[in-house]
Amino acid sequence: MSSIVPSVKPPRLAVREAPPADASSVAMAVDRLNAWFAENHVLRDISITFPKQQVTALIGPSGCGKSTLIRCLNRMHEVVAGARVKGEIWVDGMNIYGEGVDPVQVRRKIGMVFQKPNPFPTMSIYDNVAAGLKLNGVRNVSVLDEAVERGLRQAALWEEVKDKLKEPGTGLSGGQQQRLCIARALAVKPEILLLDEPCSALDPIATAKIEELLHELKTQYTVGIVTHNMQQAARVSSFTGFLLLGELIEFGTTDRLFTNPSDPRTEAYITGRFG
Amino acid sequence: MPRSSSLNWQDRLFRWACLGFALLILGLVAALAVELAWSSRLALRAFGFSFLWTQVWDPVREVFGALPFIYGTLVTSAIALLIAVPFGLGTAIFLAELAPPRISEIIGFLVELLAAIPSVIYGLVGLFVVVPWVRSVASPSVDAVLGWLPVFQGSPYGVGIFTAGLILAVMIVPFVTTVSREVLLTVPRSQREAALALGATHWETIWTTILPYARSGIIGSIFLALARALGETMAVTMVVGNRPEIHPSIFDPGYTMAAVLANEFAEATSNLYLGALIEIGLVLFGITIVVNGVARLLLYRLHDTSAVHV
Repeated sequence: MSSIVPSVKPPRLAVREAPPADASSVAMAVDRLNAWFAENHVLRDISITFPKQQVTALIGPSGCGKSTLIRCLNRMHEVVAGARVKGEIWVDGMNIYGEGVDPVQVRRKIGMVFQKPNPFPTMSIYDNVAAGLKLNGVRNVSVLDEAVERGLRQAALWEEVKDKLKEPGTGLSGGQQQRLCIARALAVKPEILLLDEPCSALDPIATAKIEELLHELKTQYTVGIVTHNMQQAARVSSFTGFLLLGELIEFGTTDRLFTNPSDPRTEAYITGRFG
Repeated sequence: MPRSSSLNWQDRLFRWACLGFALLILGLVAALAVELAWSSRLALRAFGFSFLWTQVWDPVREVFGALPFIYGTLVTSAIALLIAVPFGLGTAIFLAELAPPRISEIIGFLVELLAAIPSVIYGLVGLFVVVPWVRSVASPSVDAVLGWLPVFQGSPYGVGIFTAGLILAVMIVPFVTTVSREVLLTVPRSQREAALALGATHWETIWTTILPYARSGIIGSIFLALARALGETMAVTMVVGNRPEIHPSIFDPGYTMAAVLANEFAEATSNLYLGALIEIGLVLFGITIVVNGVARLLLYRLHDTSAVHV
């Protein structure tokens, strides 16, 4: 305990020790998930739940499979050639890897933000945020206007860009671009928002903005975030899962996991003995 | 320090040498234009600008107008683009996005091979395969359906503007396909994933994200193909019909600028005739420069928003 880096200390939250088990408070339940890149078995029997309207962080050293795991959650893993998945992920009473489930429909319900901001360079700020709705066939201008403003407000970007919505999205700073990507993901009203190391390409100030934003977002969305930064996981999440070599070593409230890890490997990682 | 000064000296020599080479290119282009204009001065003086819109080409009476050739070159190239762009771009999308890597590699190689075939071979294939096919199949069947439009009226020849356009299309498809494919392959995975994560289907991802991202490169490939089509000589000469006339139907024979230069240079006995031919060369040179200029302008205007450049 005394070996913990002071800055890692998370806020004391009155949350349950174990992740909530009843269906009404679970947004997503992963059951014995396995994933491969060709012959490389990168995730082994992962079972984890994402509580509703909470931020759940996935941490672990590079190559532990945390990014692969989050990409499995909205069926983005399989877009890479040779990638395979086996297992179940339940969202809203539906197994997203069930037979006949269209990955396109899954991704419309579960949004994703990537490591590097990736706005569409040929589109304006407005069109970037409206892109998802347009894909859904929305053409009504007032509906689009409303969704774009809502998305940008929720991503805390509205005040900065409201006067230049027609300018290209790539003209923004890196942090603004990442919030634009968050706005783009939120505009389609997903049930779950996944973020794959969203701050790894950003400076500390932009990072702080995104972290602040996550606190706002969890009032409406279930959020899953991958981070290689333990302090960040401690700051933004209520639950944390620690992965190592493709296995989920430990999962619990962030508070407990960082102060009283039950697995020696977790303790070794969070105290900085490897990573 | 002696070493740095010797480096400096080398640097300077290198810079001047490169500048010299660059200027040499500019000089060559300028010299080409001047030489063409000078050699065609007799025709320039005799016909003035009306050379560009006169239809008569009569070496016996020494009356020369370039319109049939300009028309033939532009229309055969336009037909070639109309056919080759959808075909070539479709192939490029298939190769870059849909085909398994091995198949993509094999087909990509075959398409590149198309560009390596000498144009006289295309001419022969055109003469022995395409011309009879146009004569007995394409022209009558189009005439049966759309014959009431003068443009699609049938013709008994087989050789003609359409046939030349068709052969040109096959010849320029590799340019559209190979360049577009390379450009499509450079679209970063993050762009693809951004669209997929929003719930785009594969088709929507290609259409809304990948093609716009690659558009300036694709336009570049189209202009490269157009430049090739405008200047192609041998294959066109063998199938275009070589008649300096403008007919409404695309199945009728015509002539192109490059073809008339190749065909009539040896027979140009008078100075005025020779001057008229060289002036056609000058016009072709001008058109090529204008096409390239338009391409540059277009790419320049896309520059802010598009991300892949050629």
